[in-house]
Amino acid sequence: METYLSDIWLLIIGFFLLYYAVTDGFDLGVGILCLFSGKARERQLMMHSLTNIWHTNQTWLLIVGGMLFGAFPMFYSVLFSALYIPAVLMLLGLIFRGIAFDFSEHSRSTRFWNLNFGLGSLLATLAQGFALGGLLSGIAVKDGRFAGGVWDWVTPLTLLVTLGVLVGYLMLGANYLIMKTEGDLQKRCFRQSFGFSAGTLILSVSVYFSINLLYPHAGHKWISPPELYYVIVAPLLSGLGFFMVFRSLYKRRERAPLIWNAVTVVLGFVGLSVSLYPQMIPHLVSPLTVEQAAASPSTLIFMLVVTGLLLPVILLYTTYTYRVFRGKVTEEGYG
Amino acid sequence: MQNLLDHVLLSRLQFAFTAMFHILWPVLTIGLSLFIVLMEAMWLKTKDEVYYRHARFWTRLFILNFAVGVVSGIPMEFQFGTNWGDFSKAGGDIFGHLLGFEATIAFMLEAAFLGVMIWGWKRVSRGMHLFATVMVAFGSSLSAFWIMSANAWMQTPAGGVFQNGQYVATSNLASIFNPDMPWAVSHMWFACLEVTTFVVGGISAWYLLANRHVSFFLKSFKIVVIGAILITPIQIYLGDGSGREVAKTQPTKLAAMEAHWETNPPGTGASWNFLAWPDKAKQENRWAISIPYGLSLITAHSPTGQVKGLRDFSVKDQPPIWLPFYAFRIMIGLGFVFFFLMLWTLWAWRRGRLKPDSVSRQKKLMLAWMAALPLSYAAMESGWVTREVGRQPWIIYGVLRTQEAASPLPAYPVASSLLILAGVYAGLFVCFLLFAWFIIHRGPEQAAT
Repeated sequence: METYLSDIWLLIIGFFLLYYAVTDGFDLGVGILCLFSGKARERQLMMHSLTNIWHTNQTWLLIVGGMLFGAFPMFYSVLFSALYIPAVLMLLGLIFRGIAFDFSEHSRSTRFWNLNFGLGSLLATLAQGFALGGLLSGIAVKDGRFAGGVWDWVTPLTLLVTLGVLVGYLMLGANYLIMKTEGDLQKRCFRQSFGFSAGTLILSVSVYFSINLLYPHAGHKWISPPELYYVIVAPLLSGLGFFMVFRSLYKRRERAPLIWNAVTVVLGFVGLSVSLYPQMIPHLVSPLTVEQAAASPSTLIFMLVVTGLLLPVILLYTTYTYRVFRGKVTEEGYG
Repeated sequence: MQNLLDHVLLSRLQFAFTAMFHILWPVLTIGLSLFIVLMEAMWLKTKDEVYYRHARFWTRLFILNFAVGVVSGIPMEFQFGTNWGDFSKAGGDIFGHLLGFEATIAFMLEAAFLGVMIWGWKRVSRGMHLFATVMVAFGSSLSAFWIMSANAWMQTPAGGVFQNGQYVATSNLASIFNPDMPWAVSHMWFACLEVTTFVVGGISAWYLLANRHVSFFLKSFKIVVIGAILITPIQIYLGDGSGREVAKTQPTKLAAMEAHWETNPPGTGASWNFLAWPDKAKQENRWAISIPYGLSLITAHSPTGQVKGLRDFSVKDQPPIWLPFYAFRIMIGLGFVFFFLMLWTLWAWRRGRLKPDSVSRQKKLMLAWMAALPLSYAAMESGWVTREVGRQPWIIYGVLRTQEAASPLPAYPVASSLLILAGVYAGLFVCFLLFAWFIIHRGPEQAAT
C-alpha cells in the first residue's frame, strides 16, 4: 500500500481540483457573462443565482490548497513560489468578486458591485489560466526548490491555456444559467453556449496536442502500444462528452448541458494527467515526480483515514444544501 | 543595511499585515455564531419573538463580518506557498495537513450550512435552521482548533524528526496535540468569546445610550454581561497558564516578554518588570520599575522559582524585546480592565440601574462598554504580536529560522503585492465600517409576522 500512497493522494487531489474547476468554473463563468449584460435586472439575477452556493464552491479551492500542502508539501512550495504573480492576481480577483455578493446588498450602487463581481471573476479566471499554463509549461526545480524567475510562466502555451480556461468557464457559466434561468436570458445562454462549447473543444484539442509535442515522454506514449491504450481512452470519451453537450443544447435540455459539460472537464483533465504522469511538475530537465513531492507515509496514511471518513459526509451535506436551493432563481433571491 | 527591504523582511511585513487584518473577522464569526445559536435556541424554547428578531438582527452584522473574513482568509492559506516556500517544504509534512484538515473538516461545514443559515429561513423548518446555525458555529470553532494547533506546532514542534532540512512526521497525533496546543486553542477561543461579548455589548450600549430600542437591546446587553462575568476571569486564568507553558517550552520568548536578562541564582527571586527600557546592545534594561519576586511568583508560583534570562542565550537566538514586552503589557492591562468593567457593570445591575427607564442615564458605563469594543480587538492583536514576535528568530521554534524560510523570490513582486493588498484591505475596512454603520443605524426590524 505504501508504494501507492502518493498515487492515491494524486487521485484524491485531482478529484478535489476537478470538483472545484467545475463548480467554481460556472461561478466564475457567470461572473464574466455578467459583464456583457446590459440590463441591471439581469445582472442581479445572475448574481442571485449564485448567492447561496458560491462560497461552498470556492471552499473547494481552499481544500485543494490545504490538501496539496499536506500531501505534497514540496510541490506546494515550488508551485506557488513559481506562480507568485498568478497566485496574487487570483487572490485579488477572488477578493473583489467575493466581497461583491454581500456588499451589493447594502449599497445603493449595485452597478458598481456588479462590475466588481464581473471584473473580479475575469481576473481570477485569467490568473487560473496563467497558473495552469505556467505549470504545464514546466517549472525550473533544483534540489526540491524553485529555481526560476517570477515571469517564467509567461509562455505561448500559457496564452493558449488561458484562452482555454476562459472559454471553458464561459461555457460552464452559460450552461449553469440555462439550468437556473428562464425566458430571454436562458434563450441567449443556449445560443452562446454553442459558441463557447465549440471554442472550448478547439482550444482543448490544441492544448492537448501542444503538450504531447512539448514533452517527449508524453508524446512517446502514443507510439508504444500498452501505454497507447491508456492515453487514448480519455480523449475519446471526452469527445463523446462534447458531442452530448451539443446534442443536449440542440434539444434545449435544461440540465443535461451542464452535466455533460462537467463530464468533458473531468475527462479532459484525466487525459492530460495520464499523458504527463509520473511527473508532478512537467519539466524537460529535472522533473519533480509524484513520489518525490509527497509527504511522509505517516502523514499520507493519517490524512487518508481522516479524509476517507469525512469525504462521504461532506458530499452528503453539500448535496443537501444544493437541494435546498434547487430550482429557478427569482428576482427576490431567497430571503 | 542594503538588506533593509529584502524579500524576507517584505514577506514578514506582508504576512504580519494580512494576518493581523484577517484575524479581526474570524474572532467575531466564531463568537457571534454562538451568540446567534443561543438566540435561535431561546426562540424555539420560549417562543418569544424577541429572540427571533435578535437572531435576524445580529445575523446581518454576522454576514458582513463573515464576508470580509472569507476574502481576507484565502490569501493566508496561499501565502505559505507563495512567500514561505522553504518553510512549506521544511514544515509541510506536519503544518500542511493541519491546514488541509482545517479546510476539509471546518471550512466546508461552515460554508455549506452558511447558505442555509442566511438564505434558508423560508426553505427549511425552524429546527433545521437551528441545526444549520449550530453547524456554522461548530465549523468556525473547529477551524480555530486546527489553525491554532498548526500555529502551536510552530511554537512547540512535536511528533517528528528534523532531518535533511525536512521535519518528518513520526506521530501525527503528537504533532496535533503538541505541548502548546491546549493553551493556544483555549486562550484564542475565549478571546473570540470575549471580543464578541464586547461587540454585542458595545453596540447594545450605543442603542441604550441613544435611547433607541431600549428593551430590545437591554436583553442582549444583559445576556453578554452574564457571559462576560464567566469569560473575563477564565481568560485571565488561561493567559496565566499560557504564560507558564511559554516559560517551560519557549524560554527566550518569556524572557523577551518580561525584559528579563539575568537568570536569578538559586534562593533568590526574579523580579517582574512593570515598565522597562530594554537595551539589546548592552544586554540589560537601561531602567526598569520592578516588583521583587514578581516574575518568580507569576511563572513558577514560588517566590524563588528560577526564570531563565536572555543572557543565557546567544544574541542570535534572542527575539526582539520591545515589541513583545510592550504588546504583552497592553494585553494583560486590557484583560484586567475588562474584568473591572465587569465588576462595575454587576454593581450597577445590583443597584437596579439596568432598567429600561433608567439605563440610558448610565452614561459612563455605556461609554465604557462602547470603548471596550475596539479595545477588545486591541487586546487580541497585541496578544498575537507577543506570541509571534516572541517566537523570533525562529519560524519553527528551535528548528527553522525565519531568515531561512522564505521563497526564493526577488523583492519587487513581494513589495508590489504588499502595497496592493494594503490598499485593497484599507478599502475593505472602510466599506465594512460604512455598511456596518448602515445596519446599526437602521436597527432591528420592528416586531411583525
